[in-house]
Amino acid sequence: MALDILMPALSPTMTEGKLSKWLVKEGDQVSSGTILAEIETDKATMELECVDEGRIGRLLIEEGTEGVPVKQAIATLLGEGESAPSTKAPASKPASPAKPAKAAAPAKAALQAPTVATSPTGETQYSTWKTQTVRQALRDAMAEEMRRDPNVFLMGEEVATYQGAYKISQGLLEEFGENRVVDTPITEHGFAGLGVGAAFGGLVPIVEFMTFNFAMQAIDHIINSAAKTLYMSGGQMGCPIVFRGPNGAAARVAAQHSQCYASWYAHVPGLKVVAPWSAADAKGLLKSAIRDPNPVIFLEHEILYGQSFPVPDTTDFLLPIGQAKVERPGKDVTIVAFSIMVGKALEAAEKLAEEGIDAEVINLRSIRPLDTATIITSIEKTNRCVTCEEGWAFSGIGSEIAAIIMEQAFDHLDAPVTRVAGKDVPMPYAANLEALAMPQVADIIEAAKTVCYR
Amino acid sequence: MTTKKAVSPKGPAQGSNTAPTVDELIKFYKDMLLIRRFEERAGQLYGMGLIGGFCHLYIGQEAVVVGLQACANPGDTVVTSYRDHGHMLACGMDPKGVMAELTGRAAGYSKGKGGSMHMFSREKGFFGGHGIVAAQVPIGTGLAFAHKYKNDGGLSMAYMGDGAFNQGQVYESLNMASLWQLPVLYVVENNKYGMGTSVERSSASTDLASRGDAYNVKTMAVDGMDVMAVREAGIEAVEHIRAGKGPVLMEAKTYRYRGHSMSDPAKYRTKEELQKMRTEHDPIDHLRQTLIAMKALDDEGFKALDRDIKDLVMAAAEFAQAAPEPDPSELWTDIVVAA
Ligand SMILES: Cc1ncc(C[n+]2csc(CCOP(=O)(O)OP(=O)(O)O)c2C)c(N)n1
Ligand SMILES: [Mg+2]
Repeated sequence: MALDILMPALSPTMTEGKLSKWLVKEGDQVSSGTILAEIETDKATMELECVDEGRIGRLLIEEGTEGVPVKQAIATLLGEGESAPSTKAPASKPASPAKPAKAAAPAKAALQAPTVATSPTGETQYSTWKTQTVRQALRDAMAEEMRRDPNVFLMGEEVATYQGAYKISQGLLEEFGENRVVDTPITEHGFAGLGVGAAFGGLVPIVEFMTFNFAMQAIDHIINSAAKTLYMSGGQMGCPIVFRGPNGAAARVAAQHSQCYASWYAHVPGLKVVAPWSAADAKGLLKSAIRDPNPVIFLEHEILYGQSFPVPDTTDFLLPIGQAKVERPGKDVTIVAFSIMVGKALEAAEKLAEEGIDAEVINLRSIRPLDTATIITSIEKTNRCVTCEEGWAFSGIGSEIAAIIMEQAFDHLDAPVTRVAGKDVPMPYAANLEALAMPQVADIIEAAKTVCYR
Repeated sequence: MTTKKAVSPKGPAQGSNTAPTVDELIKFYKDMLLIRRFEERAGQLYGMGLIGGFCHLYIGQEAVVVGLQACANPGDTVVTSYRDHGHMLACGMDPKGVMAELTGRAAGYSKGKGGSMHMFSREKGFFGGHGIVAAQVPIGTGLAFAHKYKNDGGLSMAYMGDGAFNQGQVYESLNMASLWQLPVLYVVENNKYGMGTSVERSSASTDLASRGDAYNVKTMAVDGMDVMAVREAGIEAVEHIRAGKGPVLMEAKTYRYRGHSMSDPAKYRTKEELQKMRTEHDPIDHLRQTLIAMKALDDEGFKALDRDIKDLVMAAAEFAQAAPEPDPSELWTDIVVAA
């Protein structure tokens, strides 16, 4: 049966081209690999190779013809024993491949990760409590999960022999040995990618970054390899991995060591992003993060490591990722915060109370998925919102929350949502400038008063 | 091809206890031919607009992956770049599933959501298909880490191009793999060009394998146009790795006949250079001559085999055109695993 040789698309964008030159003539024997013609595309001159075996029947397009549409028949190819029709056949319409139906837009494009209805937030059910620092809580969370699952291991710079640059992994090497507590060279890009491969291979890596500032060297693997591969593999390649370490500003370490990455990672579908404040948050969320079958970005805060909080005294204590906690109920204004800013928001709320403003403080705990239900419920009550974060306001978490409130609770707002955030400058070193750059309790108080028109 | 090993025209080196059997040689021939025919057909479907985006063909390089995968065991794992169709077929993935992914259909290995550059099969130990140049190298190192951690006897093969070999993460990986004696075979498929940039213009030293010396890694260089030479080197590498002696870095000198991707007019090399490789070093022709000299197959035998392969590829192409696109609801699946 004679086959049509079609004008090929030779680039992702080509729709037509010039058949500049035939390199075969009618009657020529051809096989796969024979160069048939030269074709000029929008970008370059390319050669057209034959795929099938046979004899050229008719050349349907004269050389030099411009604007030949892609998929137009340009020649016919004859099989064994066939002969060409004696008159020039009109260019037959190429059988166009079944045009697949356009993907229907989903009924309501849920841009946001699914929201989670808030139940009383997890820890109220526990009867025995102990006081722990955030540091101890993180260590215990890892140790408990490593005891529970032999596939969990910790790797990072100085995590083993040195016991952690911030002493988070104190005692883990001794208990679990060097196969499971692995000191890496200073090679963030490499060990983040190695961790992803180990997770694909069935392990559950906890990858510690000495701080998240250094994870920028590894961000390609976090996003392109860890977050996207599940989707790109049609669900085959789950990547159960935790990337953890201190995030945000420590003290007096200046611009390269003081950035908050919450909004960077929260931007990416396929990642979960968690930011604990208290020791209970740290313990319950890290355990959940380790058990989660997805890549989880776990943003800690250096200033919080030494702070003490009550923590349920049990190895079964887990906090669900995706649920916020109302740390302080109030009726006049909602203050939404995460990580170290929760403490500052609570401090601001105490001062506001002295001035007769009753603020509700929400500790987000999880940034992606975001517990929008808790935020919206609160706004419906208070009708006012202040967001707090250490990072920059531009494209920040506060901006996202403001947008969600406008979309879902516009009619409940009595004032514009106001963002308290780091000033739009690289973090300065000088003590006075640093204090000016960081969002302070006073900024939260002022913002709360503004939205209350006081 | 300076590293080319002399293979006696009468067959593979006799007396070597690793010499392939005639059946194995025929299988190599078939496997290489399958890749070549599959890629030619993919190129044609691209021309018809049925495959979109980037599509990187493996034509010319078939001996590398076929020779090395012949040394793999079940349970071993493989990663490579976006030039991955040949690797998937050599790992035993179904040509229909691969072609259907190329056309973006639900029956593709990634349900149509990955495309040419991003395909996977856990079942066959193929872990992608990675679009970021050299990202697969630490990932393959991590798979080796998992093999060692679980003590499952497996090894990881991480393929990369000569262009990828200049990425920093390759050296981060070599360092860790050597430090921790991980079971990994790094294969640099040196096809002389990374897109339009020749190795001479991209690499301060063109002796690529020697870079492993800096990391105390065993290095090898092999003629990647000769499937028997590749297999022999592969056996040596794999023995070294399975003996727990650490990673191996192998440079396979090879050549791609087509452009970098479908839209590459390949102006950076001469027609003579390409023609010389095709006529004097073609891996499939070379093995065919060997098989003829050995009288392993007669004319009819070759014809039957060619027909079988052609039919297999035709069936894959037809399947890939007839298969439906993914359901619109698939847009929202596989983003996260339900916890
Ligand atoms: C990090 C990154 N940089 C650039 C590209 C674009 N790119 C894709 S392939 C390629 C050339 C790679 O050449 P080589 O590693 O020799 O592999 P080959 O294509 O020859 O198989 C480039 C620059 C990319 N995909 N990723
Ligand atoms: Mg190359």
